[in-house]
Amino acid sequence: MTAPLHEPTAEAAPSAAEEAAVASADAKAVQGRSLGRIAWERLKRDKLALAGGIIVLLLIVVAVFAPLIASLYGQDPDAYHESLIDPLFSTPKGSLGGVSGTHWLGVEPVNGRDIFARILYGARISLLVGFLSAIVAVVLGTVLGILAGFFGGWVDSIISRVMDGLLAFPQLLFIIALVSVMPDEMLGLNGSSVRVFVMILVIGFFGWPYIGRVVRGQTLSMREREYVEAARSLGAGRFYILFKELLPNLVAPIIVYTTMMIPTNILTEAALSFLGVGVKPPTSSWGQMLSTAIDYYDSDPMYMIVPGVAIFITVLAFNLFGDGVRDALDPKGSR
Amino acid sequence: MGHRKTSGGPRSCGGPLAVLAYLIRRLFAAAVMLVVIILVVFCIFFLVPKWAGVDIASSFVGKQADPASVAAVREKLGLSDPIFVQVWHFFKGIFVGRTYAAGGDVTHCAAPCFGYSFRTEQDVWPVLTDRFPVTLGLALGAAVLWLVFGVAAGVLSALKRGSLWDRGAMVIALSGVSLPIYFTGLLSLAIFSYGLGWIDGKYVPLTDSFSGWLGGMILPWVTLAFLYAAMYARITRATMLEILGEDYIRTARAKGLKEQVVIGKHAMRSTMTPILTMLGMDLGALIGGAILTETTFSLPGLGQAVLNAIKTQDLPIILGVTLITSLAVLIANLVVDVLYAVIDPRVRLT
Repeated sequence: MTAPLHEPTAEAAPSAAEEAAVASADAKAVQGRSLGRIAWERLKRDKLALAGGIIVLLLIVVAVFAPLIASLYGQDPDAYHESLIDPLFSTPKGSLGGVSGTHWLGVEPVNGRDIFARILYGARISLLVGFLSAIVAVVLGTVLGILAGFFGGWVDSIISRVMDGLLAFPQLLFIIALVSVMPDEMLGLNGSSVRVFVMILVIGFFGWPYIGRVVRGQTLSMREREYVEAARSLGAGRFYILFKELLPNLVAPIIVYTTMMIPTNILTEAALSFLGVGVKPPTSSWGQMLSTAIDYYDSDPMYMIVPGVAIFITVLAFNLFGDGVRDALDPKGSR
Repeated sequence: MGHRKTSGGPRSCGGPLAVLAYLIRRLFAAAVMLVVIILVVFCIFFLVPKWAGVDIASSFVGKQADPASVAAVREKLGLSDPIFVQVWHFFKGIFVGRTYAAGGDVTHCAAPCFGYSFRTEQDVWPVLTDRFPVTLGLALGAAVLWLVFGVAAGVLSALKRGSLWDRGAMVIALSGVSLPIYFTGLLSLAIFSYGLGWIDGKYVPLTDSFSGWLGGMILPWVTLAFLYAAMYARITRATMLEILGEDYIRTARAKGLKEQVVIGKHAMRSTMTPILTMLGMDLGALIGGAILTETTFSLPGLGQAVLNAIKTQDLPIILGVTLITSLAVLIANLVVDVLYAVIDPRVRLT
């Protein structure tokens, strides 16, 4: 799966930092605005991006407080309600997959677990894996990309070849293979937490070359700039230049790529759980709900629609927000 | 694309010898990459379980394995050899065939031998050749659909930027990239196969019946193409908009060229470059097994085979499919790089 990333705009993004720098240099003449300020003002005007951002915030709140919300709502995600299941077809009684005042989104076929409560808990897995694997990818990608770009030579050759190789790998296949051979217990974790941990590491690992390439390219173009030379002539060490001079100028593309990577990672987690190598039951995950829903797509379509729509809304919200952030940090955009 | 010469000329490729040298170098790099991938697969499936304390041979025999039969399996498959020896045997088997023997128990696997599956007690190669056409048909059919519709939608959106069409198309495209295929696939099955009863939705081999095959493939094609068309439309639009702002487009317009020529010849040529890169990677990955699509629609392709193999730790099948997948990705990328030089005369194959 190719991540829908747009290199041109991301590459252009850091010049926003320069513009901001120029603007702040002229601060006395014109009221200067920082990059963050400019981006925020643009983002505020982008209604769709704001809507996406608000939904993302809501989802985070839902994920963090899932147990609290579930107890207020009065349903346990793992409790069976077999009395609500038609014994003949093992689908929920009543219309729309058993939707009622007590079960807002109906119940699962066979065992009658409450779908709304399971969706709430599923949000935790999706967001946890989505965010943390993006952080793994960003940290790896930034550090290795900056090292490759700054030092060049054999360091660059090795890191670049590894990135090319990883991008040419059949990724989903390797992610599935790696996740499935990992033991059920390790590092004091067991069951689903092992799977979640492994998924975060593996998805993050296969994601870093996307960020690494951009960071490397940016670093290559920036390391010859005057301000780096100035720092060097003042006696600044390599690591000072790397992390104090170069890194701040890489923040814009890194933010853009991170926001675009999170929805991709959420989709990958859902896909893994859908394929049966993600979190283990009874822990609930949206992808896993969809994979059981395959058998009931004709008799109980509600069971398929609810987790599908949950994934859709989440990924769409992140994409809308990510597009907005990208446009806001793009200096070519109109102000 | 246009009537201008697309290859040749002093600036394009640097002569046929240079191209040949380039191809040889790329093929060599591809071979190295394949060996690396096979090594990595071996490591994943041999070293990780060993590190976790799981014995592969006993997992092949079954739950109640007696030590003697486990030892026999280990000897027959050569599992106690060092990894490099096993990899060597694997590659040798592809060219000259391979014989598995332990005591009186001998199994011969004729060349091209991609291994012997202990789970299903059959050679891997026939499994690959049985399943490859299904996946190839799925990937190629979908690719034609998504290229035509995705690129067309993206170009139209870029040309009519800000119009109702542009907004509508981009909303649909953004939704498209946010919808997982196993959801759209199930939805389409529920609607068109179960609800309306238009399509049977079962896979029929092309050799049995053409219309049956078409009926079984149409939903997978459309849902798969929808996802990729959405992605391609977004990229095409972004690239096209960027290129329309370039100086050479203004020059072309200033020369008084017709708008069709400016767009169709000058702008499209550059727009196609990133599209081709994506096409190479996506098509390669899909040919190696559209795991999600095949699972959703129960298509008996490579993706379904490898997923089952991973779940049962059937290493020989996984190795075989991984090799095919990687080969497909590498070849697709090579073809794309050569096509670059055809589309963009500035690109040199060196």
